[in-house]
Amino acid sequence: MVSTRSDSNPARIPALGARFLILMALSLVLMVLDHRQGHLEKVRDIIGIAVYPIQLVVDAPFRLWNWAREGTMSRNALHLELGRLEAEQLVTKAQLQQLTALRAENARLRDLLEARSRVRDEIRVAEIMAVDANPYRHNIVIDIGERDGVYDGQAVIDANGVIGQVFEAGLTTAQAILISDPSHALPIEVNRNGLRTIAKGTGDFDRLDLPFLPNNADIEPGDILVTSGLGGAFPPGYPVALVTAVNRIPQQPFADVSAAPISSLDQVREVMLIWSVASPAPNAAIALPETSID
Amino acid sequence: MTSASSSQRLPVLASIIIALMLMIVPLPDAAIAFRPDWVVLTLIYWAMMSPRQWSVGSAWIVGIVLDVAQGAILGQHAMALCLVVFVTARFHLLMRVFPLSQLTATVFALLALYQFILFWINGVANVSAPAISYWGPVVTGTIVWPLVSMLLSGVRLRLKFGR
Repeated sequence: MVSTRSDSNPARIPALGARFLILMALSLVLMVLDHRQGHLEKVRDIIGIAVYPIQLVVDAPFRLWNWAREGTMSRNALHLELGRLEAEQLVTKAQLQQLTALRAENARLRDLLEARSRVRDEIRVAEIMAVDANPYRHNIVIDIGERDGVYDGQAVIDANGVIGQVFEAGLTTAQAILISDPSHALPIEVNRNGLRTIAKGTGDFDRLDLPFLPNNADIEPGDILVTSGLGGAFPPGYPVALVTAVNRIPQQPFADVSAAPISSLDQVREVMLIWSVASPAPNAAIALPETSID
Repeated sequence: MTSASSSQRLPVLASIIIALMLMIVPLPDAAIAFRPDWVVLTLIYWAMMSPRQWSVGSAWIVGIVLDVAQGAILGQHAMALCLVVFVTARFHLLMRVFPLSQLTATVFALLALYQFILFWINGVANVSAPAISYWGPVVTGTIVWPLVSMLLSGVRLRLKFGR
């Protein structure tokens, strides 16, 4: 019946306008709910289940390529790599010995000062999936999600320093925003003197802006910037960036300071997620640090 | 005509899924701003050729999936896709008789409309992005349109007349 009617007037599609208006209204409602309140986490998770196979299929060739390359690496190259890693581990271990003693000393001193002892961080390695996300943002997709305990706002680092934070924890994957995204800001301090400020992303992978430093602020090119822990999203003390240029303009109230992220944000392949765990009694902190790395 | 069997829907669905994959395939950083909007092109084609089976409803669902895949505001791509496909379905008979040059110009306008909606919603939501990331996909999308429509015509004719 419907077909005869639509056949008689092929230009007319039944209820196109009405459906269109309803769907437009529905998208508007969704956007307002999502943007203003963020109530739609569950909806996102459910649709994310449909997206996951697509991501897996896109990611698979890259994974396969890496796997094949590792499998066909020559014995000689493997030996060289092994030697390099062993040397590196030796150095790291030596530094770690000191760290244990320092950590114990720090806990003792804090105990003397009756300060709250610092939280210990637990770390888990995740891999960046070879899929691109939002072209308007600096995003990465990582291969673990809510199922593994990832939560919104969690700090993401790599071997060198902070690279971003999780902003969409899906069930099996999570999307993280990089510190270089123009809408990302990160509370930091200058490692040398504890001067606190904010580092904003610029949209450029190797530049951060520090827009809120007065002209007389004590900051120099080469200063290391670390997370200050204010704001709560990032645990304190992780390296973020190196100050590259300080431009003091006398007429302007603020200095023009830029910094380069310590990790190369566009080249990372493996990242680490941090869970801050409240450490037990200060005395127990003398025990070996047990950072679990899966 | 109205009862499309699943064997007819499947290839169209496959083409949409391939388009979604092309939207998330990793590209070098310099090329990201020039990724054509594969999903929009595919949906424009199917809305033009069989608007009874593939119009605003399917466009909206695909848009929501795209929103989740890109971590965008839920409803952003859905709204833009829905609008573009509505215009296409509304004028599908006209667009079918356009010569390729005129049709390509129309697709350019539709892609620009799509990016404008995204731009507008990003503006309201305070997501700032360089202008090239809006214009790039419009230009490359227009360039690849003849190719996409040729490929999809192949699929459609095979569906219509058997292999």
